[in-house]
Amino acid sequence: MTAAPDTTTRLPRAREAEGDTQARAREGDTQARRIRREELRDRLSLAALSLPALLLVGVLVFLPVGWLFGLSLVSEGQFSFIHYQRLLEPAYRNIFSMTFEISFLVTALALLLGYPLSYLLSQMPPRAAALLMILVMLPFWTSILVRTYAWMVLLQRRGLVNGWLIDLGLIDTPLRLVNNYTGTVIGMLHVMLPFMVLPLFSSLRAVDVSLMRAASSLGAGPVKAFWTVFFPLSLPGVMAGSLLVFVLCLGFYVTPALLGGGKVIMVSMKIQQNAAMYFDWGAASALGVVLLGVTVALFWLLGRVTRIERVFGGL
Amino acid sequence: MLRSPASETQVTHLGRLWLYLLAAAVLVFLVAPVLVVVPMSFSDSRYLRFPPEGFSLRWYENYFASLEWVQATLTSFKVAALVTLLATPLGVAAAYGLNQSRLRGARVLSLMLISPLIVPVIILAIGVFYLYARLELVNTVTGLVLAHAALALPFVVVTTTSGLQQFDPAQERAARSLGASRWTAFLTVTLPQLRGAVVSGALFAFITSLDEVVISVFIAGGENMTLPRRMFSGLRDQVDPTIAAISSMLIGLSVVLLLVSVALGGRKGGRG
Repeated sequence: MTAAPDTTTRLPRAREAEGDTQARAREGDTQARRIRREELRDRLSLAALSLPALLLVGVLVFLPVGWLFGLSLVSEGQFSFIHYQRLLEPAYRNIFSMTFEISFLVTALALLLGYPLSYLLSQMPPRAAALLMILVMLPFWTSILVRTYAWMVLLQRRGLVNGWLIDLGLIDTPLRLVNNYTGTVIGMLHVMLPFMVLPLFSSLRAVDVSLMRAASSLGAGPVKAFWTVFFPLSLPGVMAGSLLVFVLCLGFYVTPALLGGGKVIMVSMKIQQNAAMYFDWGAASALGVVLLGVTVALFWLLGRVTRIERVFGGL
Repeated sequence: MLRSPASETQVTHLGRLWLYLLAAAVLVFLVAPVLVVVPMSFSDSRYLRFPPEGFSLRWYENYFASLEWVQATLTSFKVAALVTLLATPLGVAAAYGLNQSRLRGARVLSLMLISPLIVPVIILAIGVFYLYARLELVNTVTGLVLAHAALALPFVVVTTTSGLQQFDPAQERAARSLGASRWTAFLTVTLPQLRGAVVSGALFAFITSLDEVVISVFIAGGENMTLPRRMFSGLRDQVDPTIAAISSMLIGLSVVLLLVSVALGGRKGGRG
């Protein structure tokens, strides 16, 4: 029990207390503002920790890219669209269509091979899946040159693949598997497959499999249950993986340069040629700006399906 | 066993045999080409066959006897080490700062930091080459380290950010309310718990620099030729079996780094 309030002194003090409250409120107000200001300063100084990193990226990525953008709009010292107009010529059109065609083919193949593997991995106990995932990650951590070299050796005229195909009696004369379109697609597929499997796997694992049981208890066969229940739920992962692989294919340089044997010219190789062989910076930059534009647009699309950081987070 | 149900829809293991075989084939496709290089590197003939007809170490001897190859390897390791030392602190500081500040613009800034992963590397290569030609940084270690660090930075940012998402910031606030400065609280409370994420980011920064080809083709010539650039020119000319020996050693390194990263990742996951 607390003591009863002293009623005799209460009334005269009430008015005083009211003024007091107002003063205190004002004081609290300024204090709150001060705290907020301090907090803002604290947050800004935290954000400032990113300045050295931003400086590095600014000088080494944004400055050169901006410079290239400028170069692409200048011809003989004057502002002009000539470098972009030239991209409409048939020679460039062929390069663009070749690049899109190969990227599309590699993406489709990666999805075709990556989906079943990701599906199986997603249904496995986490431990077993993690172990098999190491096998998917191994090529990822291996130098792209090592992998490309391996394919050169395997696919050459007297290489392992041709040898086996002949021994099995499937072919009589060795196939041309390297220094052409086929070799480029096989090599790129190998490099791109992990980029498909990682986002697919994490998306498939999130699908609630008890829905499959529900579907089958309602009379759907396994095939129907898969296509009407599981597959639609996995579409965000399919989109994320496909977009990522497609966009990485578009700018791919090393593997087509080594396995294409000069017959497969992709946009990135033409950029390199224009810059390093012909010193035609205008043409190289214009092509680069177009490639960058398409890339950024596709990444923007990817960002609508998933968080971009997450795509690279699994690496 | 094969007739027992394997899925929620009562498909038996036998009924899914095709799926197992397909998945196994895909895994073989992923791993076999990488591994087949190793036995081939011990071949005694110029023509790489599998299985190799005779055993020899001549391609390894070839590598170690070549000043050019060894020099390129040393340059690559030096650059990769410096890149790791530069990119890791910058990336961790940026990821921590942006994550904790919870400012509205932080998301844009962190997207800027991962932009080197988004911009096609050939564009970075010609852009950096153009810039370096004016700054006289072409074919210098400084130039290589800066360019590779920009490329490696996003990996550190991404791994650190995902590490921070599993970390409870209340712990750091508790340390600070007990009198620790922000710096002390970060070093003694936050950083030790981010260790796994930071180390795997650093490993990826290292391997990114060590394996980087395209930028190096433009800016790593002369006496500062890197190993990938040397390999790239070697592969364009002819299939030199010395590259099989180098590749095998690089595969060994990749396996070690991958296992270290998986071991750290496992610890991270086990905590939750």
